[in-house]
Amino acid sequence: MSALPKRSALVAFVALAVAVLAVLPHLAEPYYVTLVLPAFAYAIALLGFNLLFGTTGLLSFGHALFVAIGAYSTAVLTSKMGVKSFEAIVLVSGVVAVLAAVPVALLSVRYVRIFFGILTLAFGMLFHSFLFKFYDLTGGDTGIRVLRPTLLGMPFAELDKTAFLIGPFYYACLLLLVLLGLAMWRVVHSPFGLQLVAIRENPRKAEYLGVRVRLFRFLAFLISAFYCAVGGAILAINTGQADPELAYWTHSGELVFMTVLGGFASFFGPLVGAFAFIFLKSELMGATQYWRFFLGATLALIVIGFPRGLMGVASDLWRKACRA
Amino acid sequence: MSTTSELLIEALGVRKAYGAFVALDGVSLTVSASETVAIVGPNGAGKTTLVNLLTGLLKPTDGVVRFKGHDIAGIGPVTLAQRGMARAFQLVHIFPAMTVAETIAVAVVSQTGRSLHLFASLRRDAALWAKVREVAAIFGLEGKLETESRLLSQGEKKLLDIASAFALVPEVILLDEPTSGVSSGDKHGIMTTLVAASKRAGVKAIILVEHDMDLVAEYATRIVALQAGKVLADRTPDAFFGDPDIVAAIVGRRVGQSRENA
Repeated sequence: MSALPKRSALVAFVALAVAVLAVLPHLAEPYYVTLVLPAFAYAIALLGFNLLFGTTGLLSFGHALFVAIGAYSTAVLTSKMGVKSFEAIVLVSGVVAVLAAVPVALLSVRYVRIFFGILTLAFGMLFHSFLFKFYDLTGGDTGIRVLRPTLLGMPFAELDKTAFLIGPFYYACLLLLVLLGLAMWRVVHSPFGLQLVAIRENPRKAEYLGVRVRLFRFLAFLISAFYCAVGGAILAINTGQADPELAYWTHSGELVFMTVLGGFASFFGPLVGAFAFIFLKSELMGATQYWRFFLGATLALIVIGFPRGLMGVASDLWRKACRA
Repeated sequence: MSTTSELLIEALGVRKAYGAFVALDGVSLTVSASETVAIVGPNGAGKTTLVNLLTGLLKPTDGVVRFKGHDIAGIGPVTLAQRGMARAFQLVHIFPAMTVAETIAVAVVSQTGRSLHLFASLRRDAALWAKVREVAAIFGLEGKLETESRLLSQGEKKLLDIASAFALVPEVILLDEPTSGVSSGDKHGIMTTLVAASKRAGVKAIILVEHDMDLVAEYATRIVALQAGKVLADRTPDAFFGDPDIVAAIVGRRVGQSRENA
């Protein structure tokens, strides 16, 4: 009677997707494999972003702030502090983002809807101008270089940059995505996650049922900041650079775009959205200089025609297939 | 109805002013265990303000409101729920996209201290779902557990709203026009369910805000009548309906007479 695919089918789908991603470097051209890395990064960031948006009902227009914090933390750690361990980088970037998120979240979660959106947007812009203006600290518009990290202590010095990225680093990111995906699945399907959904659905009612609305919005915000920073760390390592554009508001907009494209109502929607967006953008950029126009048109089409995104379309097709 | 009943709620000389407008002035009342106290009065008499004070949503300008001996001025809904008082609203409050089971589970989760279990599996929590089914069964919702709340009938939504409040295992429950928007035939059904549910759930006292005087007469053990921000009468139903002046002041002659004719 449930409209969702059966649990075993879901597990099979996920296992298949992970398997395809695992063999991809051996089958696809290196160019396409390098595209998967930012898709991994955004998939991780959006897992967190959508805990706040899809689950808790708070739409942030400033989460690129935390992606940028992850990227700059990685840059500072690798090129200024000599920290090369990828595991340490991921952890420290996430923790730095959570610390930075505390004041932002404390102020922002007092508001909802457009007020929340505008406030997060403002914090994002504030950080962007900080990165831009404090040249000595941040490198201004050129940013800070990011050096190659080690994975479990192994430097992979024999590999060139691309071979490292589409080889060991690719698998490290895939593993990270799977682990953080499992963790987020547990959070969303925990008693805590249930309370978040209640807050999204009707905060007033939730309060009278004993749900500490503001505290839980705050916690969801911190978790989302952690995930975004991990995504930012991967992005920075992939490009070898942390630059202020990462914190620019259009980048926050892209996070929203990807989530809507994939479908914010579904757990897997943002993941699908991240991959779809990266490949769509890359194909459009290769095909026409008016790629922004076509990207915008795609978003308009999705919102009007398929408000539940690609996952909404997929689940409709799945239901039809089950009935047939 | 023993005379030594435990005192649950106590309001003493409560006054609430909004600028120059005085919504309540010198209101005192008590609610003890095993009572069903109806708060009645014409529109604008101060019922909503009183209810908001009794549930700690507002702070009185003067006077004190105590729940189980503690001042509850402005404690807010979450603390109120933790201390053992639940509230159901006149307008139905539901979680549209959540199922009946999930809605009740929200209350069970917070009541049983599971709120901050970030990585625990909700699905495999057998004790939680047993509790959810138990509450749903009291309200006749056990056949609708997997139905999304927005798809329920108006009466079922109302029951679910109240069921989720009961899932908090409150000592006192405040029902704000629990039968509003329900067809007159269903009103007694809902009230009977509520009273039975209260007994089963161990609710000690009910505060009922209600316009329908037939329901008040049948289910209240005491009636507090408000008029223009003051307590006009605080009596048993017999004493209340036995005084035509009071009835006329509160509900108007027509209704009062129709009761006499009935």
